Amino acid sequence: MSGIGKARFSWSTISRSYSIYLVLLAMIVLSSLINPNFFSGENISNVTRQISVTTILAFGETILIICGLLDLSSGSVLALAGLLSVASYKVTGSMAVAFAVAIGVAMLCNYLNALMVTLFNAPAFIATLAMQEMARGSALLFTKGQNIYQIGHYTTVGQGSIGFIPIPLLFLVGLFFVTWYLLNNTRFGRSLYAIGGNQEAAKASGINVNGNKMAAFLINGLFVGVAGVLFMSRVNAGLPNGAINYEFQGLTSSIIGGTSFTGGVGTAGGTVVGSFIVGFLNNILNLANVNSYLQQIIRGAIIALAVIYDIWTKNRRTRSLVRGAAAK
Amino acid sequence: MDSYKLQVLHISKSFPGVLALDDISLSARKGSVLVLCGENGAGKSTLMKIINGVYQPDKGEILIDGKKVHIRNPIQARKMGISMIFQELNYIPELTVEESLFCGRLPTRVGKVDWKTVRRRTLELLEKENLSYAPTRRMKDLSVSDIQMLEIVKAVSIDASILIMDEPTSAITQREVERLFAKIAELKARGTSVIYISHKMDEIFRIADDIAILRDGKVVDARPRDEFDIDKVISLMVGRKLESNFPKRKVEAGAEAFRVEGLSVPGVFKDVSFHVRAGEIVGFAGLMGAGRTEVMRAVFGLDRFASGTIRIHGKPARVASVQDAIAAKVAMLSEDRRRYGLVSVRSVRENVALSSLRKFIYRGRLHGAKESKIVTDICERMNVKTPSLSTAVEALSGGNQQKVVLGKWLLNEPDVLIMDEPTRGIDVGAKYEIYKLMCDLAAEGKALIMVSSELPELIGMCDRIYVMCKGEISGELPRDEFTQEAIMRLATGFERRAREAS
Repeated sequence: MSGIGKARFSWSTISRSYSIYLVLLAMIVLSSLINPNFFSGENISNVTRQISVTTILAFGETILIICGLLDLSSGSVLALAGLLSVASYKVTGSMAVAFAVAIGVAMLCNYLNALMVTLFNAPAFIATLAMQEMARGSALLFTKGQNIYQIGHYTTVGQGSIGFIPIPLLFLVGLFFVTWYLLNNTRFGRSLYAIGGNQEAAKASGINVNGNKMAAFLINGLFVGVAGVLFMSRVNAGLPNGAINYEFQGLTSSIIGGTSFTGGVGTAGGTVVGSFIVGFLNNILNLANVNSYLQQIIRGAIIALAVIYDIWTKNRRTRSLVRGAAAK
Repeated sequence: MDSYKLQVLHISKSFPGVLALDDISLSARKGSVLVLCGENGAGKSTLMKIINGVYQPDKGEILIDGKKVHIRNPIQARKMGISMIFQELNYIPELTVEESLFCGRLPTRVGKVDWKTVRRRTLELLEKENLSYAPTRRMKDLSVSDIQMLEIVKAVSIDASILIMDEPTSAITQREVERLFAKIAELKARGTSVIYISHKMDEIFRIADDIAILRDGKVVDARPRDEFDIDKVISLMVGRKLESNFPKRKVEAGAEAFRVEGLSVPGVFKDVSFHVRAGEIVGFAGLMGAGRTEVMRAVFGLDRFASGTIRIHGKPARVASVQDAIAAKVAMLSEDRRRYGLVSVRSVRENVALSSLRKFIYRGRLHGAKESKIVTDICERMNVKTPSLSTAVEALSGGNQQKVVLGKWLLNEPDVLIMDEPTRGIDVGAKYEIYKLMCDLAAEGKALIMVSSELPELIGMCDRIYVMCKGEISGELPRDEFTQEAIMRLATGFERRAREAS
């Protein structure tokens, strides 16, 4: 007798797996009704430009949270990497060098994050908090607190378009596929889920826990570096004080997108959707002229709701599992 | 009839899609032990949770001392004198004995904890129960059975007249079981009704006054112990006759597959040497804390060892990590599958494939179709019952979870398979399947090591048994010398003391 059934179709699983997509859809419909300008090509392209930087950070956060880590330094590291990238562009005039510098710096910072976590067993929270301070301080020290202006064609990447598609959107889509592929189709991805789900079991199954954590941080560094170029390019300056709190926006997108802070659960698709939900929400609140302080309160409330929903469904699932098992 | 302490009458409980309890009626007499047995998932836990107020029944009623009661939550249950000791002991490691005993009901004076009273009452309680720990000892420094004793003391101290124990012996040794049983006898004498859930036949028959057997949410039989025998209980539990308890087959042992010499970790175990040949099942017996699990973890690369050598197929092998062990075709099923075996939130597929992912990787890409096929094959061979391969393993029963872990290791095609408590906490039917699989593996020429605290299964399954005592191997027995007494003598160090005396 075969004991393996086929996955059954049921509305409750559908609504659970796809509820986040439904929320996004509902939001788009509702927003279009509230303000006809919302669904214009110009507005949508604007929103994607705005959210591309934080979405790319969110991919890194998702990868890290899945394996039980997180990065509180990404905003500061973004600033440091972007700043050095702008400076190197002004010297060499080469965008390739600019990217290489940004990615190199961000990966180096994340290498240090990973060393603190793997070698000295520091909690990622503390290790990356320390890096947040160090990276921000380094950025400010480098320009003595001044902004760098007149950055020339550096702005193309962040402000340009190919046809009607904003260039940052292309980066977003590209890095989405990188994240999706890594999480779904590689040994690395499987290892991340296992480590975050149960580190002891992953270790006892022969998974190199520290090696994979290191790799997760390095990939996060790659993403932060790219985001650094996009950010500085879009704001048309090298800002040592730029992108403050961006790590929290990345975390927010990731969590709203269904990544579980307890580890082992999360997807690339959910992260993008989470990010668009946040982006569209900001956008529609702006279009509707909602007071900016009130906007902040609303954003906070939505994070709280997302977390409550996550825990609630988890509890409900556990309860129904217990019942299911008890009934078998 | 009026001597019934607790009665449940016609209790039914359904959860979406399933009827977990179907018209259950049971009675526990005052000052007696009612043993509830049944396979995992028979409905025992659901019933206990209803009695403890965690769930509300759909139908039926609960009577205490003949009076109808509504138990809405565990706090109310406690007030009614119902106390439950869970299988997985809940305790806070950093608390002291006295804090733990009075946790949630610390006596206060003007809002300040009255530590003097706490100390005095703790000492009284410990003395009354004949336990000799300092009230300031931390819980984490106590053994599992000590913690269990304290739980019982706590239950007694709140005047529990109904004590529910869910598989209390699954993590303690034989000697500690004796202590527990003595305590239960004492409670009985004081008039406490004990409801005792267990899988283990020998203890069921030692301790029970009445036995009730649950299967598929129904009471299939309930009567005084004397009207039952072991075969009858087992066949009622599983609903079918077991062919024999152990499907042991005679296998000609082949070449030496695994040899450990002089393995030591100071303070944990000393000078441990053993070997296993292909086709052999070699047992490791010993009391809890004898160092069996620690030895296995060390040879599997999970913990480091200070000195000693490992030879695999006669050649010296360096096992510094689990990766090394897997590469040398050694696998280990851990004693604690939740902690070391499973990634509960992930799917059956991911868990089974976890330690052999390299098999499914082509040019860095995970080959999903091939993975599905191989995982399906192994699940069918193991007879894993799961709604689908993408079901999270946390949704499976204990026995099926164990098969998933075992499947994970078999996918690696190990030559040496170490199994630490392979049948802990799983039901009779699944146990039998695992025994059968072990025998098949031995017949295929694998070398098996089985660590177990259940002597009958060691005796039934093994070709040789090593016995450990206090971190050392105290003896080795061939199959024709297996008796519970011989093993226990070696495990308790009786033999060694006798030798040293002469």
